[in-house]
Amino acid sequence: MTTLTPVLTARWDQSDAFTLRNYEKADGYKALRRALQRTPADIVQIVQDSGLRGRGGAGFPTGMKWSFIPAQDPASPKPVYLVVNADESEPGTCKDIPLMMADPHVLVEGVIITAYAIGAKHAFIYVRGEVLHVFRRVLNAVAEAYEAGYLGQNILGSGFDLDVVVHAGAGAYICGEETALLDSLEGRRGQPRLKPPFPAVAGLYASPTVINNVETIASVPSIVAGGAEWFRGMGNEKSPGYGIFSLSGHVTKPGQYEAPLGITLRELLDMAGGIRAGHELKFWTPGGSSTPMLTAEHIDVPLDFEGMAGVGSLLGTRALQIFDDTTCVVRATERWIEFYKHESCGKCTPCREGFWWMVQILERLEKGDGTEADLDKLLDMSDNIAGRSFCALADGGVAPVVSSIQHFRDEYIAHFEHGGCPFDPAASTLFAQELGAKA
Amino acid sequence: MTDVNDVNDVQAAPGPLGDTVRAEMAQIIARYPEPRSALLPMLHLVQSHQGYVTPEGIELCAEVLDITEAEVAAVATFYTMYKRRPVGDYHVGVCTNTLCAIMGGDAIWDDLSEYLGVGHDETTDDGKVSLERVECNAACDYAPVMMVNWEFMDNQTPQSARELVDRLRAGEQVTSTRGPRICTWKQAERVLAGFPDELATEGVAAGPASLVGLELAHENGWTAPEGGQRELGGSTK
Repeated sequence: MTTLTPVLTARWDQSDAFTLRNYEKADGYKALRRALQRTPADIVQIVQDSGLRGRGGAGFPTGMKWSFIPAQDPASPKPVYLVVNADESEPGTCKDIPLMMADPHVLVEGVIITAYAIGAKHAFIYVRGEVLHVFRRVLNAVAEAYEAGYLGQNILGSGFDLDVVVHAGAGAYICGEETALLDSLEGRRGQPRLKPPFPAVAGLYASPTVINNVETIASVPSIVAGGAEWFRGMGNEKSPGYGIFSLSGHVTKPGQYEAPLGITLRELLDMAGGIRAGHELKFWTPGGSSTPMLTAEHIDVPLDFEGMAGVGSLLGTRALQIFDDTTCVVRATERWIEFYKHESCGKCTPCREGFWWMVQILERLEKGDGTEADLDKLLDMSDNIAGRSFCALADGGVAPVVSSIQHFRDEYIAHFEHGGCPFDPAASTLFAQELGAKA
Repeated sequence: MTDVNDVNDVQAAPGPLGDTVRAEMAQIIARYPEPRSALLPMLHLVQSHQGYVTPEGIELCAEVLDITEAEVAAVATFYTMYKRRPVGDYHVGVCTNTLCAIMGGDAIWDDLSEYLGVGHDETTDDGKVSLERVECNAACDYAPVMMVNWEFMDNQTPQSARELVDRLRAGEQVTSTRGPRICTWKQAERVLAGFPDELATEGVAAGPASLVGLELAHENGWTAPEGGQRELGGSTK
């Protein structure tokens, strides 16, 4: 049996976990002292050896990403930038926000070590704007770190300088896409760039830039302190280490569960007290709405990068949204596509127009006015949206459509045979009894 | 009621943006290697002074950054947090993305919208409450979720939502379910411009759902293997 391995979440139950004083008491910033005694190349090597893969969804090897920063001509070096993607917005994803709220200093320490490793003297933490208190906590942690000499000039006497800016976004899911985030951070509309060039070559202000997710950067201090072998002692060969699994929806105890990669939904559901009483699992997303939905037949598949790819989905952000048998999958899908329609930046026609039309069709289907030809049309449109736009929003947006038709085609058909949605939305709510739900 | 995002009907600006605001904008610009990066926080600052992105605010941002007003307006209209009409003292968001909607967000929205007599992106006649359907706010383990001035109000019901807006409209002090006392929308926008207030240490470190895994690990004696940073110093509890 897999058990939980709290590392990132280990201090969250302390009332003042977010203060520098509390963080230092738990040996905070000790990994930084250790890192500053090694060469930057050593730190890159440790992270490469650990096998840490990006925790923002794509799972790209972190150390390799860092190693892509080209060597600078000493005569005219270009500045190198570190940007932390703290724009957590993927539906279902809710791990970075509590991390920054409870333990912002582990992120700041990770930022300093990472900046040192890649040769950055300027780092940015791009926090979505709609989480005011989280933004406050990160601002406060950075201010405390400056005061204590962990940031600024000649950090801990090492000769290394670093400035960190905490930057608030202004409400746009697309800014979680790394190149859109860079445009946004440059004061523009957040629209993705065509790659290549990749940010490692031409990122922020066309300079070499590393962009990493909050959880990725927050994992760096413990890897430096514990070592690559320690990290590899959790998870498995291709998906090493721990990660935060976020359970939400129709489970008895929704919340954050930090475990080795490769744990299964069955194990996590056992820990979370199972599906809410009297109901059964119907469908779930492994890592946010952009990862194709799965069903009860997949609850023993390892929640790691390979395991999820093997069943046609993605590990994504480990945002496990759980829906029970009261939930209408057509309604769920329609709402997700409304989201992608709303959040499409408008740059690429297939995405901008495609999701708009999909919403019309899904609304019709949910009302019972659709036909089977609509399902084929949705699949045909999916083929023409995914892979035909600059960024992954388009690919992610078709995931609920394609996977829901794959697993629940009969339920779509039942809508127009039944002349409407056969489900009672009140029965799905947490206050079903007060609403007098039928179920 | 007013529609806060009607671009064709921009109201006259409140008090002018004077030298103080220019000085604050200069402070924001000084944080960045290139001035234009300051634009998003500058627009938050405009909202903190004037209650929305005013034509005057757009002009000032353009002048200070030496870019065109069209470039500023293009940015201001891209992001949903920037408003083109005055926002109430309390911006109330109801998450109606899929998971929250299904867990009760749709029921809360329908009830609250009817109760307040306003729809999406509209403000009550007393200027107190602006209502908005918001997308996923990264608190899914606390569904159904509402936000007041971008502070978390977790695990809501139609009844608790009504009580919440009643208290806000009555001028009572409301506290986030796992955060600080709720300030006004303008004050919130000032913090988002990067000018901190004194509230960072208010509220808990983590809410109950954030801790369920950790508590289960404690109960069962589950830990990460020895060797990680957290094991070096032990717990401070």
